[in-house]
Amino acid sequence: MVLTRKKDRVDALASTSTEGMSLAASAFRRLRRSPVFLTGAVITALFVLIALFSPLLAPHDPATQIPELIKQTVRARNQFAPPQGSYLLGGDQLGRDLFSRLLVGSQQTLLVGVLATLIGLTGGLILGTLAGATAGWVDTTVMRFVDVLLSIPNLLLAVTISALFLQANQFTVIVAVAIVQIPVFARLLRGTMLAQRASDHVLAARALGVKRSGIVFRHMLPNSLGPVFVQATIVLATSIIDAAGLSFLGLGNPNDDSPEWGQMLSNAQQYITSGHADLAFWPACAIVVVALGFTLMGESARDALDPKNRR
Amino acid sequence: MSLLEVEDLTVTFAQKGERPFTAVDKVSFTVEPGQTVGLVGESGCGKSVTSLAIMGLLPKRGNRVSGSVRFAGTELLSLSDRQLRDRRGSDLAMVFQDPLTSLNPVVTIGVQVAEVLERHEGLKRKAALAKAAELLDQVGIPDPHRRVGEYPHQLSGGMRQRALIAIALACQPKLLIADEPTTALDVTIQAQILALLRQLVAGTDTALIMITHDLGVVAGLCDEVNVLYAGRVVERGERHELFAAPRHPYTNGLLASIPRLDAPRGERLHPITGSVGDNIPWSGGCAFAPRCSNEIGVCTETAPELIDTEGRLLRCHNPVALVKGEA
Repeated sequence: MVLTRKKDRVDALASTSTEGMSLAASAFRRLRRSPVFLTGAVITALFVLIALFSPLLAPHDPATQIPELIKQTVRARNQFAPPQGSYLLGGDQLGRDLFSRLLVGSQQTLLVGVLATLIGLTGGLILGTLAGATAGWVDTTVMRFVDVLLSIPNLLLAVTISALFLQANQFTVIVAVAIVQIPVFARLLRGTMLAQRASDHVLAARALGVKRSGIVFRHMLPNSLGPVFVQATIVLATSIIDAAGLSFLGLGNPNDDSPEWGQMLSNAQQYITSGHADLAFWPACAIVVVALGFTLMGESARDALDPKNRR
Repeated sequence: MSLLEVEDLTVTFAQKGERPFTAVDKVSFTVEPGQTVGLVGESGCGKSVTSLAIMGLLPKRGNRVSGSVRFAGTELLSLSDRQLRDRRGSDLAMVFQDPLTSLNPVVTIGVQVAEVLERHEGLKRKAALAKAAELLDQVGIPDPHRRVGEYPHQLSGGMRQRALIAIALACQPKLLIADEPTTALDVTIQAQILALLRQLVAGTDTALIMITHDLGVVAGLCDEVNVLYAGRVVERGERHELFAAPRHPYTNGLLASIPRLDAPRGERLHPITGSVGDNIPWSGGCAFAPRCSNEIGVCTETAPELIDTEGRLLRCHNPVALVKGEA
């Protein structure tokens, strides 16, 4: 027993030695042992799997009002179908299967979260590279624009952008949420690019006559992306929350045949005070758990990539 | 015509609201093809700024560069960014102090060597990589074909410095500036790197400017030595003569401060007292006067000029006396 423990300790020592190991490799090694990261990764993986296969997993069609459940639903009296048989969570206010709607709703959430993050990331990369690669007035102009965007609270900005579109739909939600995320990426990337600009290897590359585009795209940018990608996992969580927020405020997809968690929450809110909080509880719970999963994963990845935490 | 003629090179850093600071003050020296010239001095004497000014690598803002740097007849200071970029890496190259941070961590060694070849020799990636392996072999990196595909973190410090030398010499530059190339390495590796530089430069037309604070490095490598203090050349001479008979009290102090193996036991080291101040003006006399053991009245009144005495350039009012029989 004592022997094995000692051996474990030696193994642990050996595995934490970072001699000759890249930052990413040593970070990954530490992540595999981090319960926080693993929790986040499991939640995220489950969510993605459910979203991908929800049409197969859902026991009922999310858009169909099921006669059996309608019979038990008297909206005037705030009476809804309770959980029964294959209806794990009972029916919603229109007699549709709540559980199926939750499952299928994950698709929209994943789609909006991922697309909004990707668009935001792309925009942020363009602006951040522009600002980080050029000193002077271009940098100043871009960063003041970014500052303006950052000074408006996330949801307020998203609502404002959504309001610019005449017809709210899934696409407008994605665009609105994506624009909100751009400044976060742009500012982060500019910072890491500036640090790279002053680095020895960039000076060495300049001493070799490497052209400006080469310096920016081969030497500065690839070394600046790590923190940006880590930030992206955290931004996925905020995107999901922001998108749900927009739907909740009625700025999402008005067609409720394709369920969406924020919209389900919005429709359920009038019943919260009349003893039917469960209609709101489940979508809210789903939003929180998924956002938590991405955040846990992102935060622990960020900590692991922080060179100061290298052991 | 000399390969490199540096004349009255002056670099002044000026920032709003601060007193301008002259890091390099009318430094002149020449480098002949194939010659090795040393720039020696302690931290802050202007060695690195001189080399960055020659390469045109000083930041665009916050400094003023004046004087003249002629490379093979071309005035480098008046070249455009683009023209200068075409010269860097092909005609002039530079090896930096810290091999651990001077390589791009996310690009393989081979691609980093190939990058220069593609840029200046117009080679295609495949040919450039083959040439890269050859170059790595030349600088003594074992198993170069495997190393080509490895990342900087997989190489040791000495190996990385070898790779940087390979990159610098890839296009057979006429002038190589080595800025403290051995400072970040341990002593045995230092010796290897110096031997490598000597081997690569000796017998070729490539001239070498060796920037260092380590007189030992200079002693083994340089033909001519410039000693810098507070941005000015204080003494210049041929290597053997300078080491045998240092005339400037500063050079003398540097040599005396080197620990000797044959010194009697218990003898203390002989450091130069004091340190380089933040902004020592040459205007009010000799900048070295406050630390000088040979200081006389005139030293704090007028700054000495650089005067040629029997092939030795010297900036001193009261030089160290020549011992009979030496020099």
